[in-house]
Amino acid sequence: MKSSRLRRLVAAPYLVWIVGFTILPLITIIYYAFTERGTNSFTFKNILAIRDPIHFNALVLSLWVAFLSTLICLLLAYPLSYILSKLKNGRGRFVVFLFVLPMWMNHILRTLALQNLLSNTGVINGILEFLRLPTLNIMNTPTAIIIGMVYTYLPFMILPIYNSIAKIDDGVIDAAYDLGASGFTVFRRLILPLSLPGIISGITMVFVPSISEFVIADMLGGSKTLLIGNVIEQEFTVGSNWNLGSGLSVVLMVFIVASMVIMQRYDGDGEGAALW
Amino acid sequence: MVKKLFSFIQKFYVAIIFLILYSPVIVLMVLSFNDSKSRVIWGGFTLKWYSRMFNSSIIVETFIVTVTLALLSAAIAVVLGTAACVGIEAMRRRNKQIVLGATNIPLLNADIVTGISLMLFFSRFLNAGFPTLLIAHITFELPYVILSIMPRMRQINTNAYNAALDLGATPLYAFFKIILPEIFPGIITGFIMALTMSLDDFTISYFTKGPGVSTLPTMIYSELRKGVKPEMYALSTLMFLAVLILLVIVNLKGSPMLSKPFANAKNGGKKHAQTMRYRR
Amino acid sequence: MEKDIIIDLKDISVSFDGEPVLNNINLYIRDNEFITLLGPSGCGKTTTLRIIGGFLKPDTGRVIFEGKDITDLPPNKRQLNTVFQNYALFPHLTIAENIAFGLKIKKKSKEYIKDKIKYALKLVNLEGFENRMPQSLSGGQQQRIAIARAIVNEPKVLLLDEPLGALDLKMRQSMQYELIRLKNELGITFVYITHDQEEALTMSDTIVVMNKGNIQQIGTPEDIYNEPKNAFVADFIGESNIIDGIMLEDKLVEILGAKFPCVDTGFGRNKPVDVVIRPEDVDLVEPEKGTIKGVVTSLLFKGVHYEMDVLANGYEWLVHSTDMVPVGREVGIFVDPYNIQIMHKPISEDEEASSDEE
Repeated sequence: MKSSRLRRLVAAPYLVWIVGFTILPLITIIYYAFTERGTNSFTFKNILAIRDPIHFNALVLSLWVAFLSTLICLLLAYPLSYILSKLKNGRGRFVVFLFVLPMWMNHILRTLALQNLLSNTGVINGILEFLRLPTLNIMNTPTAIIIGMVYTYLPFMILPIYNSIAKIDDGVIDAAYDLGASGFTVFRRLILPLSLPGIISGITMVFVPSISEFVIADMLGGSKTLLIGNVIEQEFTVGSNWNLGSGLSVVLMVFIVASMVIMQRYDGDGEGAALW
Repeated sequence: MVKKLFSFIQKFYVAIIFLILYSPVIVLMVLSFNDSKSRVIWGGFTLKWYSRMFNSSIIVETFIVTVTLALLSAAIAVVLGTAACVGIEAMRRRNKQIVLGATNIPLLNADIVTGISLMLFFSRFLNAGFPTLLIAHITFELPYVILSIMPRMRQINTNAYNAALDLGATPLYAFFKIILPEIFPGIITGFIMALTMSLDDFTISYFTKGPGVSTLPTMIYSELRKGVKPEMYALSTLMFLAVLILLVIVNLKGSPMLSKPFANAKNGGKKHAQTMRYRR
Repeated sequence: MEKDIIIDLKDISVSFDGEPVLNNINLYIRDNEFITLLGPSGCGKTTTLRIIGGFLKPDTGRVIFEGKDITDLPPNKRQLNTVFQNYALFPHLTIAENIAFGLKIKKKSKEYIKDKIKYALKLVNLEGFENRMPQSLSGGQQQRIAIARAIVNEPKVLLLDEPLGALDLKMRQSMQYELIRLKNELGITFVYITHDQEEALTMSDTIVVMNKGNIQQIGTPEDIYNEPKNAFVADFIGESNIIDGIMLEDKLVEILGAKFPCVDTGFGRNKPVDVVIRPEDVDLVEPEKGTIKGVVTSLLFKGVHYEMDVLANGYEWLVHSTDMVPVGREVGIFVDPYNIQIMHKPISEDEEASSDEE
């Protein structure tokens, strides 16, 4: 039909935009990743540089920190979402809104705020000192990074889990009780499996940004604790070996895509980024 | 008794997590009014950090850049995104899926990779500066705009649009009269989301801004290396409040983010006005 | 107390947020009875069912099941099962797993469960559906599975909460017969909830008409239809002409200024009453042969009969008749004294008189 062809044409500027500023930049980074610095000849060197102990340790630490942060977020968020889901509809939505609100605070500001609390001369230690209790010394350690990640990404876990639990039809739960199920059975055989899509998208939404995180590590982890994000960032800002940085970025991207593919396999309903 | 204890534990748990999430923000806000430079000692209430902030030409300049960038990029993203939605909806299923898949790339990719790939790409053609920043912001805002408009687009009855054409309307007229009013709430939501995302972004701006330009987050980040100034607390407080207000507006407008309708279809027990067939 | 009573609700009252939902309900249910709670939405019928099912604890009153007080027993400990509105099938489990849910909790053997699933699917005419998922079934099929899932547990009482509400008219009618057949085959008690009076009249042994948290009338479908106890029941069950009247003396009532002989007694003299006349009981005769005169103002063909409006003495009478009278024709209205129902006026506008026992 003529009119629908005309309509499709309206999307043309957007298509040009995606190709120009999403697809081509990705091709560019891949090009850099596979070429030699200066000579522009093809090489695997930048990719294989991940085997360098510094890079490799940073990647392992990133994955480990991301794993622990995701796990802690899940353990904190699930009971919370479950409790909130039992609030009456309107109230529950509002409370969840309050819990998600800090997510919208600027990343830098949020981390700055946390730095204030955790630093050795910060608010928490100030209070501890006042109470004559032993002070904490967690600043510039992986622990501080994990606290920062949990603080930053907890809302990403709460929202999808809450949505999936709240979506469960009350009638289904009544039906299970009616058929003789105990509270525990209802949880194990209904609520947990039915909220699995929310858990999966929560895990994805926490794990994926945490593996590439560099601001939190920079501001809370000090200069000694390097995550793969920091290594990449430094290649572009301090080291200015763009090819190496691109190579490591591509490796990181592979891990991101892999973790999303793994998660997608468990997420039958395609409920993925259901943040919106 | 046990039930009461259980309910208390639940409330306590919710309160603790709430406190953990908000305490840093609250501390930041409190410190922005603290007359002492110390992070621990309360030196009395003051607004001097706010006045100092407004008197700092760097901060004011950066503020103007940030807001201009947010408004301009959001406006362009909304125009591009609306046109895109109109066109995408008319596409065949497969093409539609491909385009929507590509739309999701910046959403799913790590910000650092998006930022770096844009930076590398720009370095071949453009000097980094405000224009590159603008393009980068439009790029990562577009998925949010499209995600806000697309669901509304889907709800539109295609027949209404076709009927308008059938009655002699030009496609453009039909768009403004039939489609635009229907998707308008989505456009507004998309605009505010884009605005929020722009103000919120650090990572992508950090890589694409170039040496001469700064946004507030990147400025704070670089200032941090020189030590934290209380002006930053004041600035943070204001920025948080600005985003807060935008979010409240979005949610009052019923964005899909938090007002997902519950499928709680109860049968309205209306009395049937049908004739009784029960004969004696 | 009768021996065959299986459930006895005694003085049940419930209020939500200070709003009374049930006012002192007393109701007993006999073994092997098909009893229907009928009423408009918000009348308290679902609340009553939830109390029987154990999902809601009454503020006051007791629930007696086979002579034992089960008021405080949670739903998972009660020997009855519910078929829920919108079916409430477990979306992540297959049909077989759905049906097996209650049996697995009771730790039945694998063979027993297998046989039971087979038997239940056969009973609801859905053999071979074991491995399907609930979403792949039509509404009517899901409904049958919901019933199968409940009855494999061999409940003594099956509670059905508007089970046919979401189905289309055709499906609803065929499911009505299906349910009656099932009930006869299983020989258990059905407590059925509906707002559809036709459904109630077709299926039930006993109907309980409810409104605003009160039981209005309990009786057989014939009783309820022919002898409505008050204007609400008359209006809710079928269509009626409900007219203000004055009981002049025993067996004589004045309606719209004319004197109609009737058969009711004991209302006293010159007492205001509600007079209920079913549309099919209004006979249209020659103008001078009727008790009052009127003019036909509208005429509709309804298939089995004609529906007419007749304006007489300022009231628009609804008339059903197999004979057609054209619009504009002057007619006389005659009602057989047996077909005039006289009822007390409700005590207040809000609360129809709460009725006592059956």
